Amino acid sequence: MKNRWVLFVPLAIMGLLFGAFIYRLTVPAETLIRSQWIDKPMPLFDLPPATAGVEGLKSSQLADGRPRLVNVFASWCIPCRAEAPQLEALKAAGVPIDGIAIRDRPDDVAAFLNEVGNPFDRIGSDMQSSVQIALGSSGVPETFLIDGKGIIREQIQGVILADQVPGIVAKLEAMK
Amino acid sequence: MRERFTRCGAPAQAGAHLLLKRSGAAVRLITYGPEMGPCLRRGTWVFGLAVLLSGLCLPATAQDRLPPAPYAYQQLKDPAEEAKAKALMEELRCLVCQGQSIADSDAPLAGDMRHEVRSKIAAGESPAAIKTWLVARYGNWVSYDPPFDGATALLWFGPLLFLAVGGWLAFGRFRRGESEEGSEG
Repeated sequence: MKNRWVLFVPLAIMGLLFGAFIYRLTVPAETLIRSQWIDKPMPLFDLPPATAGVEGLKSSQLADGRPRLVNVFASWCIPCRAEAPQLEALKAAGVPIDGIAIRDRPDDVAAFLNEVGNPFDRIGSDMQSSVQIALGSSGVPETFLIDGKGIIREQIQGVILADQVPGIVAKLEAMK
Repeated sequence: MRERFTRCGAPAQAGAHLLLKRSGAAVRLITYGPEMGPCLRRGTWVFGLAVLLSGLCLPATAQDRLPPAPYAYQQLKDPAEEAKAKALMEELRCLVCQGQSIADSDAPLAGDMRHEVRSKIAAGESPAAIKTWLVARYGNWVSYDPPFDGATALLWFGPLLFLAVGGWLAFGRFRRGESEEGSEG
């Protein structure tokens, strides 16, 4: 028979499939769901203050001409604690930061801010995740880069790392 | 590899434990159900399974302490509206426990999404409009019934393609069989 190698095609296909399965077993798939609500205006909302002594957050306040960050966080979220120093560094670099606390209680938010510091100009309380859903956000922490007109320009999913801070400052600077 | 923290989705199971795994520079927060606790001590392969499961369910770190949203576990009064909401909730995918619909998941974010869906239905919005609203935020990913487009074309035409290839192979084989019989006989 001429094309004897053809007999090995099924084996090769099996080998490829096996390789693909083993690869996926050892390297679990990335399961982040990116927001599609990018380059779109901030959804309309008016959130009450997340705890005593802070200001609540209205979507209309996010279009005051200054590019800013909106950080979606929660006191019950442990990675959010790890993110606090980076938010402080961004604040020190002159970046305005507003917060949205997800499914949080005022006492818990107060204790969290007391522990890790408060880099936020305002913190709205999103008790039923409705603003989070309207933003296309699927977890905490997430950070949105908003330009001076209140348009969402970028979503950062997960903790902001120290090496990302200069890039974020530069991006917001470029939006001015 | 850069150090990376996973995010908090809302926890999938009540009483989930927290496990911090540090391998090289990678830090992952992994949750597993309470029933898996003793298994983990038994062997590392179970640990592998936990890592695998963490891929299925977004890792969570802690339980928030708020009660569920009003319409998370409460049906609408009007049975017709509830039926519409239920049908839509079964078609929407949970963002936290990604193998489940929001109707099936007990994750707090799924509860909040059910509240969102029921509230909108009660306010008179159509299920199609609510779905469009969510797809605009999360993409077709959020629906278990994605539209026919470039990404799903292979799913629709794949079986036909395989059938055509199979038919072509079988046809070639039969023909060769006939011609070989002819030459031998």
